[in-house]
Amino acid sequence: MHHTIDVEHLTFRYPNRPAVLDDITFHIEAGERIGLVGPNGAGKSTLMLHLNGILRAESGTIRLCGMELGEATLRAVRRAVGLVFQNPDDQLFSPTVFDDVAFGPIYQGCSPEEIRERVRDALAAVHMEAYTHRVSHHLSVGEKKRIAIATVLSMNPEILILDEPSAGLDPQARRNFIHLLGELKQTMLVATHDLALVRKICGRTLILDSGHIAGDGPTDEILANRILLAQHGLLED
Amino acid sequence: MFRNALQSVCRSHRPLLLGSGLVLVWLTTTAMHIPDGFLSPLVALFFWGVTIIAVAYALSRVRVELTERQVPLMGVLAAVIFAGQMLNFSVAGGTSGHLLGAALAVILLGPWPALLVMTCVVSVQALIFQDGGLLALGANIFNMGIIGVFVAWGVYRLVCRLTPDARWSRLLAGFLAAWSSIEIAALVAALQLALSGTSPANISIPAMGGIHALIGLGEGVITLGALSFLMAVRPGLVSGKGPEKTESSLVWVGGLMIAVLLAILSPLASAHPDGLEWVAEQTGFLGAAQGSFYTILPDYVVPGISNGALATILAGVMGVVIVLGAAFLVSRIRKTPTSG
Amino acid sequence: MHAHLFDPYFSGASPVHACDSRIKLALVLVFILCVALAPVGAWAALVLYFATSLAAIILSGIPLLKILRRSVIALPFALAALPLVFTTDGVPWISIPLGPWMLSPTAEGFLRFLAIAGKSWISVQAALLLSATTPFPDLLLALRAFHVPQLLVSVIGLMWRYLFVLADEAIRLMRARDSRSGIEPGRRPGGGVLWRARVTGGMAGSLFIRGFDRADRVYAAMLARGYDGETRALPAPPLTPGQYTVLTAGGTWMVMILLLAILIR
Repeated sequence: MHHTIDVEHLTFRYPNRPAVLDDITFHIEAGERIGLVGPNGAGKSTLMLHLNGILRAESGTIRLCGMELGEATLRAVRRAVGLVFQNPDDQLFSPTVFDDVAFGPIYQGCSPEEIRERVRDALAAVHMEAYTHRVSHHLSVGEKKRIAIATVLSMNPEILILDEPSAGLDPQARRNFIHLLGELKQTMLVATHDLALVRKICGRTLILDSGHIAGDGPTDEILANRILLAQHGLLED
Repeated sequence: MFRNALQSVCRSHRPLLLGSGLVLVWLTTTAMHIPDGFLSPLVALFFWGVTIIAVAYALSRVRVELTERQVPLMGVLAAVIFAGQMLNFSVAGGTSGHLLGAALAVILLGPWPALLVMTCVVSVQALIFQDGGLLALGANIFNMGIIGVFVAWGVYRLVCRLTPDARWSRLLAGFLAAWSSIEIAALVAALQLALSGTSPANISIPAMGGIHALIGLGEGVITLGALSFLMAVRPGLVSGKGPEKTESSLVWVGGLMIAVLLAILSPLASAHPDGLEWVAEQTGFLGAAQGSFYTILPDYVVPGISNGALATILAGVMGVVIVLGAAFLVSRIRKTPTSG
Repeated sequence: MHAHLFDPYFSGASPVHACDSRIKLALVLVFILCVALAPVGAWAALVLYFATSLAAIILSGIPLLKILRRSVIALPFALAALPLVFTTDGVPWISIPLGPWMLSPTAEGFLRFLAIAGKSWISVQAALLLSATTPFPDLLLALRAFHVPQLLVSVIGLMWRYLFVLADEAIRLMRARDSRSGIEPGRRPGGGVLWRARVTGGMAGSLFIRGFDRADRVYAAMLARGYDGETRALPAPPLTPGQYTVLTAGGTWMVMILLLAILIR
């Protein structure tokens, strides 16, 4: 029941446009790590924004951690589902790292001591304790991405959703980052172009193309299927 | 209007063409941000009072109408205006024009959020970059925020009302709104300087008014260009009414009246500097703290010259002692390392 | 005169850096107010205030020349007061005929001009020291303590955060424009001032659009972490007795100078 994602017949479109997401159905079990791949414009980011209620579906149901997503459950869902955006600059909007990581707990109504503890633990989980009082602007992309994860971890989420986590990182930073993702315990959905990352940490892979699920299976199988990959613009060589 | 002012400058018994020229040079190198020391405490505190009341009111209006997404919107747009002031374009001869942004802000956000945005921009410029003083901040926010925003709003709405609903009329309205916001704000700044006894009205007003008439053209054209771009890319952003659904005519009519009033008042003040001096003395603007409008020193220095000199010398000695003391303290602290 | 887009904070471990930002802000405001209230001609007071600001700069460990160089910022504005040299009543030094006019600078006028320029210069130094020794987040804390409305503090915080991001974008836009502003040898540069202003306007519009888009994304990020429209923050740490002592001592010193200056005249 817990730590799960259940999406059934999800459809979404912008006004007067063709459907961006068309009858999407998939299930993610607790503790699974799923890679979500697909060409640009497939609808990956749009799908992610549905999973914490920022965008509302036209039809279909979304169940997160057993809760059906709706007006009443919005706040509970946003606590349980941590969404890490593609551009860390959009996510680090507070003056200091501490302020950003504390943002979630503050809005959850935690006491000052609890907030400090959560910030400490979250930064420790991403190995960035030394950066607590730094100003976000002066950090490198890799550092910002780690802290962006910390801003979400401090809310004690059950599910983590990441949008293009390895984009823009140099090889060393990317390697460290992938290792970090491997350490985290939450149920994970990772939207990415980085097939090597998917191979490394995701047990299952979903292919999204033009708003449809075009593939759903164990990572090794999907990524070995060159015809399938070629059909959806994912072939790398 | 401007010609009369110029004639009065030439006619006055303290001709100051040289002074005007220098003021012009100064004006092209600085914007409208008045530093500390140039406004008398009374003028500065008066405008602080007015600004605080206006900003408090704007906050209450914005809280009522605020949707949640407007907080990040205001923050980011404030950053845009700040950064936008870095954009420049070269006018002939090495001087450059800059963007103030009040007109664009009000056309996109409406008067009350725009006032708050300009307040934040001007405050940070003063606090962090010393672009404008801290005591003078109230007056600067008044000039660039309140006057800038409301004059632009008044002119924009007026022109939109008087012209048919078309693309060219929005652009014209934006241009005129931007120009007026700069010009009127400059006149107010000049008046503030005159009332403080820093810059005689018959120089500051024509000089500020004249130069900013030119700078205002730049602001107008940049605003026009920005609006043109925005209308092409995001037509919904720019409308004749502004983003507020419930429009109070009082606001934009008020802004317009302020503009007209100041436009008439300033040349009058500059044509009759003695009149302004008379007003200032009558209302006790420059009261006890500063003595009368122009003459202070003769009573102080001449008869008590020995006291004055002695006091200054003593102060100098004390000052040197203080400075040396600080330096000594610092060197002692450095010599005894407390951490490894 | 426009913003130098660098972070003015100069890190260090001096007593001035360690002083709480709320105390520093209060002291700077009192300082500037006292300087402004000092009667014209109270040169002794101005010298003492100058010494105080110099002492504070030295104590902070920030290179003196650095601050003094930045403090020159406000001086061009002093030209606004220059006409006072000629308009103030008094005994003229000389009379310079200039065409049909007579320019007569007076000693009183000159001293008055110096007083204004001097006060301005000293005030700028105090403000400079504040921003050089206080990290921006601490200044926000000080603003909150001074009861600046929370909405404004949040907007200022967001503005600061995205200022650098947008300034980078503005610089990139300007570089792109400059890269396309090559001039062929033998030809005059084309496009008038008006055209150039329109291009700049387009760049400004572009920044606004990016601003709107970014604001949407930031709003989504805030929502995702539980934002509900109220602005909230952790309570500020309490001030220690030591800090209060510094405040009282500094404040008393400055007010004393002012009182003496007023009484002695």
